Amino acid sequence: MKKILSLLLALTLTLALTGCSSGSGDASVSTDGSTSMEKVIGALGERFMEDHPNTTFTYNPTGSGSGIQAVQEGRCQIGLSSRSLKEEELAAGLTGTVLAYDGIAVVVNPENPVTDLDTETIAQIFTGQITDWSQVGGQPGEIVLIGREAGSGTRDGFESITGTEDLCQYRQELTSTGDVITAVSQNPAAIGYASLASVKDTVKLLSVDGVLPSEETIRQGSYPIQRPFLLVTRSDEPLGQTAQDFFDFALSPEAYELIAAAGVVSAN
Amino acid sequence: MKHTAKRSEQVIHALFFLLGMVAVACVILITVYLVFSGLPAILQIGPGPFLTGKVWASTAAQPQYGILPFILSSLAGTAGAILLGLPVGFLTALYLAKLAPPRIRALLGQAVSVLAGIPSVVYGLVGMMVLVPAVRSLFGVPDGAGLLSAIIVLAIMILPSIVKMTVTALNAVPQEYEAASLALGATAEETWVRVTIPAARSGIAAAVVLGVGRAIGESMAVMMVAGNAPNLPDSLFQSVRFLTTAVASEMSYSSGLQQQALFSIALVLFLFIMLLNALLNFILKGENKL
Repeated sequence: MKKILSLLLALTLTLALTGCSSGSGDASVSTDGSTSMEKVIGALGERFMEDHPNTTFTYNPTGSGSGIQAVQEGRCQIGLSSRSLKEEELAAGLTGTVLAYDGIAVVVNPENPVTDLDTETIAQIFTGQITDWSQVGGQPGEIVLIGREAGSGTRDGFESITGTEDLCQYRQELTSTGDVITAVSQNPAAIGYASLASVKDTVKLLSVDGVLPSEETIRQGSYPIQRPFLLVTRSDEPLGQTAQDFFDFALSPEAYELIAAAGVVSAN
Repeated sequence: MKHTAKRSEQVIHALFFLLGMVAVACVILITVYLVFSGLPAILQIGPGPFLTGKVWASTAAQPQYGILPFILSSLAGTAGAILLGLPVGFLTALYLAKLAPPRIRALLGQAVSVLAGIPSVVYGLVGMMVLVPAVRSLFGVPDGAGLLSAIIVLAIMILPSIVKMTVTALNAVPQEYEAASLALGATAEETWVRVTIPAARSGIAAAVVLGVGRAIGESMAVMMVAGNAPNLPDSLFQSVRFLTTAVASEMSYSSGLQQQALFSIALVLFLFIMLLNALLNFILKGENKL
């Protein structure tokens, strides 16, 4: 009887462990989640593997929701989320640590007299409810919406923060931030968005709700079109040694340059 | 001695055969890969909704995969480019082959060759910086990026293939035909129109097909000037997305069914180009019979 019991116990333990198989291997870090974080997490993972030979770093681009679920079910060590955790996710024993902030700047042509828009107006402009610049204090003329292609992290970020998912009536969908900036700089009636880090002075930054985007206002949270990039972990269970090393590395000053190079604002 | 010569010949023969097979293998590999990666999405979405659906919203909560706007935009853009590029290219070729003094002919020939060598991203960049704003202010539309800009860029891009092919075709017409026509009292112009051009028609048709192939397969330059919104091409100034740009613009971040659907678009484009090639072969064979 005792023997059977111990066997059963061993079996359940094995099952429990294999359930977290990618996690229990000490020399590996598995991440899963937000596709928007691909660039920043990829850069961090690459550097981490360079500094720690014999470790493997994996990133599964599934989306924030799937990543959070994966870490909750123990299918990965660190979940990646580009939105804040919901109440029930916090209640389920997850912790979100802010790695960086993704600040998205709204830009117009330098000839455009408009300098400030509120979030609500921006959403109305991009969904086509406001179509003329004269409606928001500019010179009369049809507003030309410049956006990014479907699947782009910047587009995803912009649309999810302004609540305009799948509703934007883009005139142009371009495939790089540089193209967006060029298109906006060539057309006095254009409005577009881009990661703050890549905005050049050929276009004009708009303040949103009266706040100009800058590293400082994004980190403070006063600039509204921004979202956190979270590392999601389980509160009750410590990370494996390698995963913990990666976690510490990602939040260390060493990672600052890498995070900035990926176009987002480091949280630390 | 004789034996070794034979041996080396055999080796070289085998080597050439192998190298020749590389091209064939690539074609087969690409075809098989495209069919295998493109078919599942078509079957899952359904050929009908896929080919005739008017809405493309690949990342929406309720994704829709209709590629009719892309097909029609590609066709409209290509047709427009031929409409605009063919007369210019044809007359340039006629001038080069028959009228131009040798020095101008050399200069023009060089210019056309350079035009052929310019990378498409440069066409796109110039289009974005010069053409798109020009279309906007010239026609008084809110934004210049759209079908018309794409047509203009494509028309310029297909000029070299049309000019070169047509010049070759016109020069290949036997001197005797023209001499006979002139001897019968026809003027030089009458001879070109009535004798030379009809005799060269299959070569000219091949030039058109080559131009169509170039236009329908171009992606980079189009992506930068066409606007890329998945609209039906209902106006010259509409922002449109071609088959090529549909694949290119979303591929880098795509996943799942969206990615498979992009492969399906590539398959449709591939079929279009195969059809064109078959047409080109047919025309050139007709020429041999002549």
